[in-house]
Amino acid sequence: MRTGAQCVIDGLIQAGVKTVFGIPGGAVLDLYAALYRAPIEFVLTRHEQGAAHMADGYARASGKPGVCIVTSGPGATNTVTGLATAFMDGIPVVCITGQVPSHMIGNDAFQEADTLGITRSVTKHNYLVRDVDDLPRIMAEAFKIATIGRPGPVLIDIPKDIQRAKTKAVCTSEPELRNYKPTIRGHPKQVAKLAHAINSAKRPLILAGGGVIAGDASAELTAVARKANIPVATTLLGLGAFPETDPLALRMVGMHGLVAANLAISHCDLLISVGARFDDRVTGKVSEFAPHATIAHIDIDPSSISKSIETDIPVVGHVKYVLEDLLKLVEPMDRREWLSQLAEWKSKHPLSYNGSEGRLPPQYVIETLYRVTEGSAIVVTDVGQHQMWAAHYYLYREPRSFLSSGGLGTMGYGLPAAIGAQMARPEKRVAVISGDGSIQMNFQEMVVAVEHRLPLVIVVLNNRHLGMVRQWQAMFYNREYAASVLKPKGRGPNEKVLPPCTSDYLPDFVRLAEAHGAVGIRVCRPEDVEPALRKAWVERERPTLVECLVEEEENVYPMVPPGASLSEMVHSLA
Amino acid sequence: MKHIVTLLVENKPGVLARIVGLISGRGYNIEGLTVAPTHDPEVSKMTIEVPGDDRVLEQVTKQLNKLIDVIKVADLTSQRFFGQEMILVKVAAGPEQRRGVLDIAEIFGAVVLGVQASSMTLRLADSPGRIAEFLDLVKPFRILDVSRSGMIAMPADGI
Repeated sequence: MRTGAQCVIDGLIQAGVKTVFGIPGGAVLDLYAALYRAPIEFVLTRHEQGAAHMADGYARASGKPGVCIVTSGPGATNTVTGLATAFMDGIPVVCITGQVPSHMIGNDAFQEADTLGITRSVTKHNYLVRDVDDLPRIMAEAFKIATIGRPGPVLIDIPKDIQRAKTKAVCTSEPELRNYKPTIRGHPKQVAKLAHAINSAKRPLILAGGGVIAGDASAELTAVARKANIPVATTLLGLGAFPETDPLALRMVGMHGLVAANLAISHCDLLISVGARFDDRVTGKVSEFAPHATIAHIDIDPSSISKSIETDIPVVGHVKYVLEDLLKLVEPMDRREWLSQLAEWKSKHPLSYNGSEGRLPPQYVIETLYRVTEGSAIVVTDVGQHQMWAAHYYLYREPRSFLSSGGLGTMGYGLPAAIGAQMARPEKRVAVISGDGSIQMNFQEMVVAVEHRLPLVIVVLNNRHLGMVRQWQAMFYNREYAASVLKPKGRGPNEKVLPPCTSDYLPDFVRLAEAHGAVGIRVCRPEDVEPALRKAWVERERPTLVECLVEEEENVYPMVPPGASLSEMVHSLA
Repeated sequence: MKHIVTLLVENKPGVLARIVGLISGRGYNIEGLTVAPTHDPEVSKMTIEVPGDDRVLEQVTKQLNKLIDVIKVADLTSQRFFGQEMILVKVAAGPEQRRGVLDIAEIFGAVVLGVQASSMTLRLADSPGRIAEFLDLVKPFRILDVSRSGMIAMPADGI
């Protein structure tokens, strides 16, 4: 006979889980008691949102499901943002929550919340365990559901009495999901149709999304692109799916996409979306998206096809296997005209910023980080301007090297996700690129990085603003910076003017880092950026926060204004 | 246009909430909904009336199909199907009006469930069109109350 809590641990071990993130509490004491003796590393986070993001970062960096265990009520509700983040981006996470004892459910018991109801719309599936005999099966099912098809978070809510109850039931290694059998192989006719379209297209373009990374299909994608000479643009979450250093790479498309990539969409005659779901930040004005193109879409999730963009050649299947089949059917082609047109656009419209003397442009910081890390870091971002600059000025050469909250756009994702990523990939170095707004959401997790001696390089681009909000206010709201300035309100007449390179804003990030046991460095001149980043890069035992006091009113360009088509890119305020 | 969607789902707690939550959460509307177990006690059948164009319905169907507890989804609108509804209606009818109400009930095959001093309660199971006609005819007697089951449906051919 095993207790419910032991069944949970058995399920974790069976699923190959090595690391679990979370915070204990009354309703999960039994689970934690069982975990105490288990061969699983436990990471105590400082907030349950941090636990959920760490599980997510762990999953994105490794491809294996991330796991968090939290208590009932507030423990569970604190994970909601993390679950929604993972749900939007299709990340395999298993979240185990404690629940009040079965007989108390519905009584407004202490630390009770309707976790099942609250998380229903932000999980791929969720369970409330009512009978301990079901628990071994549910554990196995949860990991299967989280990882097959379009991956996503699964939550298991376990009442305290079920954790203590005993059962003879055991885990079956391969649970049967009679209703959920995602299509793996693409329909041969559709694959052939797509191959024919590629072989007869003059200006084909691949748009690679997060699905290529989730499906471990980078090698197959690269093979198809190189064999048939097809240029590749990526979505934000597709960064790294195709080496950005490759001559065929057009890099990121969308609202802050590169000019050549967006022009390629507007001029191609065949657009092949591979695991990209045509998010509104990618398409711009839907009616003018890829106006000359036949649209093909390879996706494991049928509901992503023709959701926002009408698809001419849908191929439902696992991208890896569809691309494998496609590779045999596509023919080598010259496409000189199309490629030279793209090369012209690339050289005519490079990314650019004002690097004149006396300025510290945020873009320069990222360029320097790229140089210092030799492009080898796993870059984890928060959300905002810095996220776009991280996409622009760092070149991603391999999958799982760029982690970011794309769909939900969760500020506060970066630091905890980076901790999860570093735990999953100890052999790699992990860099966080954040802003002064984002880093303050979930800064508490810094102590976790310190406790576990993770040598994270944390770059905070401090522009004393919620930068992306301020940019929109500058562009579309008459430069009225409503609630987007992160500085004390006007100084009194008797306050002395501070010397340069001190903080005229709150908090003091250097001292904040130091208070958490991390290294803190402040930089305000371009020439100090590289030495600071090098210092952070050679640190092996502790996280280093490098705060860069960058230009306050730098904007992210190019930008496709909301509601405009991808060909209408704006390059300056005027 | 109104679509009739039938679903086979696991007969488990919370499944109804999952389906209703998905439809409302994605901004779609439900005009009618019935649910009950089938001949297999582990499986329930739902019939949902959803307004929207074909594109909306394609999304609804695909999204419903993604739910782990959903076994099968069918949009019956494009095929021949039987759609039936049951209503209970209480009509104000004293002794003088009873004959008139009974005549209508007889024509439509409605059953008299009970007669009170000044009212009658009838039951009719039929297609939505016939039910509308029936209600129009008894309306002049003054309808006191109506309970409608919502539609249940089945394709004419196949399952």
